Amino acid sequence: MNFILGMVIAAIGMGPVVMIPLVGVGLLKLNFFFGVIVPYAALAIFVIGMIYRVMNWSRSPVPYRIPTTAGQEFSYPWIKSNPIDNPKNTYGVVARMIFEVLTFRSLFRHTKLEYRNTETGPKIDYEWEKWLWLAALAFHYSFLVIFLRHFRFFMDPVPGFVLILEKLDGFMQLGLLPINGLGAPGVYLTDMLLMLALTYLLLRRIYIPQVRYISLPADYFPLFLILTLGTTGILMRYLIRVDITAVKELAIGLFTFHPVAPAGIGVIFYVHLFCLCVLISYFPFSKLCHMAGIFLSPTRNLANTSRIVRHVNPWNYPVKFHTYEAYENEFREHMIEAGLPVEKGLDSEPAKEAEE
Amino acid sequence: MADTPKPEELSKIDHAPPLMEGWMDVPAEIRPGIYCYGAKAKNLAAVGMPNARDWNPADEDWKLPDNWEQIVEEGMKDRLDKYRSFKLFMDICVRCGACADKCHFFIGSGDPKNMPVMRAELLRSVYRKKFTAAGKILGKIAGARKLTEEVLKEWWTYLYQCTECRRCSVFCPYGIDMAEITIMGRELTNLLGLNIDWIAGPVANCNRTGNHLGIQPHAYKDMIDFFVDEIEEVTGIRVEPDLNRKGAEILFVTPSGDVFADPGTYTAMGYLMLFHYLKSQGLDITWSTYASEGGNFGFFTSHEMAKRLNAKMYAEAKRLGVKWILGGECGHMWRVVHQYMNTWNGPADFLEEPVSPITGTKFETATGTKMVHIIEFTADLMRNNRLKLDPSRNDNLIVTFHDSCNTSRGMGFLEEPRYVIKNVCNNFYEMPPNTIREQTFCCGSGSGLNAGEDMELRMRGGLPRANAVKHVHEKYGVNMLSCICALDRAVLPTSLGYWVPEVAVTGVHEMVANALVFEGEKERTTNLRGEPLPGMEEEE
Amino acid sequence: MSLKNLLSDNRSSIIKKWRDIVISTYPIDTQRFLKKEKDRFSNPVGQTIAEDLEILYDQLTSDNDTDKIARSLDNIVRIRAVQDFKPSQAVGFVFALKRLIKKELGSDLKADDLRDQIESLDERIDNAALMALDIYSQCRQRIYELRVIETTNQVSRLLERANLKIEIPEL
Repeated sequence: MNFILGMVIAAIGMGPVVMIPLVGVGLLKLNFFFGVIVPYAALAIFVIGMIYRVMNWSRSPVPYRIPTTAGQEFSYPWIKSNPIDNPKNTYGVVARMIFEVLTFRSLFRHTKLEYRNTETGPKIDYEWEKWLWLAALAFHYSFLVIFLRHFRFFMDPVPGFVLILEKLDGFMQLGLLPINGLGAPGVYLTDMLLMLALTYLLLRRIYIPQVRYISLPADYFPLFLILTLGTTGILMRYLIRVDITAVKELAIGLFTFHPVAPAGIGVIFYVHLFCLCVLISYFPFSKLCHMAGIFLSPTRNLANTSRIVRHVNPWNYPVKFHTYEAYENEFREHMIEAGLPVEKGLDSEPAKEAEE
Repeated sequence: MADTPKPEELSKIDHAPPLMEGWMDVPAEIRPGIYCYGAKAKNLAAVGMPNARDWNPADEDWKLPDNWEQIVEEGMKDRLDKYRSFKLFMDICVRCGACADKCHFFIGSGDPKNMPVMRAELLRSVYRKKFTAAGKILGKIAGARKLTEEVLKEWWTYLYQCTECRRCSVFCPYGIDMAEITIMGRELTNLLGLNIDWIAGPVANCNRTGNHLGIQPHAYKDMIDFFVDEIEEVTGIRVEPDLNRKGAEILFVTPSGDVFADPGTYTAMGYLMLFHYLKSQGLDITWSTYASEGGNFGFFTSHEMAKRLNAKMYAEAKRLGVKWILGGECGHMWRVVHQYMNTWNGPADFLEEPVSPITGTKFETATGTKMVHIIEFTADLMRNNRLKLDPSRNDNLIVTFHDSCNTSRGMGFLEEPRYVIKNVCNNFYEMPPNTIREQTFCCGSGSGLNAGEDMELRMRGGLPRANAVKHVHEKYGVNMLSCICALDRAVLPTSLGYWVPEVAVTGVHEMVANALVFEGEKERTTNLRGEPLPGMEEEE
Repeated sequence: MSLKNLLSDNRSSIIKKWRDIVISTYPIDTQRFLKKEKDRFSNPVGQTIAEDLEILYDQLTSDNDTDKIARSLDNIVRIRAVQDFKPSQAVGFVFALKRLIKKELGSDLKADDLRDQIESLDERIDNAALMALDIYSQCRQRIYELRVIETTNQVSRLLERANLKIEIPEL
């Protein structure tokens, strides 16, 4: 399968994701189904699926303590150790995981020296090769902020953290012309960052041959899905307005388990919501489960203490090995002749004599 | 004739561009110079490995058992249930490509299937087909494919083109470790008798005689005696090593390569001299012919085989009644000792927490395993001024240090060797930062790939390391690459012999021994290699 | 205009295309890595090609320092000798320069007074190609030598010991 086919398949996969709510709500008016049942079902799949995933991983034990040590180990007091990249206890592991999860430290670990030949001889330059790290970071954090901002819809009154986030996020008030006669809503930085980062991550997959080579439909699909999710969200916010009050009624209804499906919400909202439902129900079955998996990664979440504390393998079993006795039995004569100490002498003569 | 290209083919080189062709359908080519010979029947049978028969990877027929597919599937299932690492690493890769250009084999060969992520995908695609719902239903669309004989051959080709160096895992945002996947993959190939002979032979030998070369005990002793003579010739000091001596305080275990292979032999002489030097200060140590192999090619076969071979160390320590174990300079031996030994064959409650008999320093890093790295041991001696050293004896050397993959990324043993080196030589230069410490490049021949028949593969894999050596050679005049790994000592002379022939290879304790000033020694005119010491050249 | 001037005017574009030709002998998925990764330690293959082709070009087209030519050829061919290339493919890139120059400079080369200069350039490139062939075979030979040396080293002490045993007569 080549990369074009991969993308086509992912795009074909996107077709139903958009069409189903368009038809379901736009034509068949199944508002309750798409506004209430599908979201609950998706959430259930997400929660149960992720729990199952994590339980399934956890069911397999960690037989060996195999951290990847990326710094100096704990050693003598006069040697400076690196407690984060080579943790010697749980605190170090926690710090390592925090850095890993919150800053994508491993992805960042890419100090590059570049030697350029200039007219005055070779010159050392530092090249900034951190686009992947930056895009990944921008993507994940924007997604998080956008997700948190959505609590505006789930909760009444709007919680304080949402207001603060909105304020921070919306500091770039662009002078857009009023659309739909309502005035330009604040442009959120994260909206733009999310779309930019996603576009970069997608282009990177297509443009960089190595990455293109390894990409599967399962890599393009979530990108397409989140791009659609973002696009419909942005459309709703800036161009195609929907009835916010009704949306909030529906959201709070879902949130408080008193579901209602108010009429009059634009169909684009249902496309947005359906994308989200597909996304979260896709999580447990796809690479997106890395979200939970990272916490279980044995090369990152274990302290490098294997020589200090015995790590127990729950399925450790005894093995037969070639014993010293068998070894000496085979070579006794030679050993005695060479003056090596032995446990048992030769049958014909006592060992002591042979040794002399 | 197919091999005679037409003129226009000569100018147009025929790397089929797989732009429109995905990787799944491009079978692997088993090329001479790249693959290692298949394990011989006798070597597999000697340790009870399945499907023992003589086979040739270049042949069409690999003489697989009829139910080979079932064996692989069950083997995979078994390992998925036993190793969280394996299961997790099959699931969570997002194919971001951060690891792609971190592999020395990819850098040196340009073969895209040598990207760690790709190598892992070779197994993942089969995992998806057999163990995930999406893969079962959607097949290729979900990145899944059937396990065919061709796929198996592809696995084999690339699993034996990975040296388990873990460099990729340093850069992976989820810590996915190709070494772990290669270890699992190689276990699966071993269920079908598909080991390479360069691993299977040493394993069989090690099991029987205690060392990879199959050296019998008397020959081992003979070799040590030979060193004693050579040391006396150079220093005028007659060292008196012990073998298999009961009641010693410490058991010393080192890779057998150091006893038989140049230039490791000089490192072995270094150990002998150091031990002799310390005898008067209270060192009570013995070598063993039974546990005469620190290296463990079983680790490149399966966890079980590694455990079987490793078991001898504790068994011998127990039999001899020592208090603790001292280990020589070796890479994968230390990965095994550090991360696996105590789990496999411990608890070592018949041993005592190691304390240096010379300095009284308690080795806090080794309280569980009770096994100390000789570099740690020596560094402590130096720190406490227990060694009289004359580093100027190494002034003819301009030294750099190659971190072994296993001690750096499987242990974090970075500063100790540098401390020792700086104490015994005056000219030390580091290679560029992205080629040392945790980012060190593999020698290119690790994990049992140091055979002769795959020399081209080894040279490619060795290029990134050699290239950095070449840089410090040109910039600082470096002429000696030091390392703390027996495999490095065996293979880097070859790799550097091809890429930077001006640079030689040494173990750290060879330099220690050369700098070590004994009481009552004769005036030294040469180093252990018989080369004149600095300032002694004219007397030769 | 002399050939030398033409060649120096078009230097960077010819070198760039020459490099593209060499890089295009690698799998397409890795070509970008070989070209874009500028760190010579992360990408020794691509950087060696980039640096040494430049030196080769300058030496072949003007300075003609045989030592430098040999050194740069060695750097490139040494790598290609252990990659998946046939001998012809490993050294063929040298000839490619000839065709490339003719293609790039095209009509400019038609002038009669350039004929001698072109001929001598061709000759230099041919010589370089022959040198590359020598280097290639030396590299291959070196690999086999190293195989033997390594095998000897692996058991060096045993061999020595065996020899000694033969030399010393039994008492």
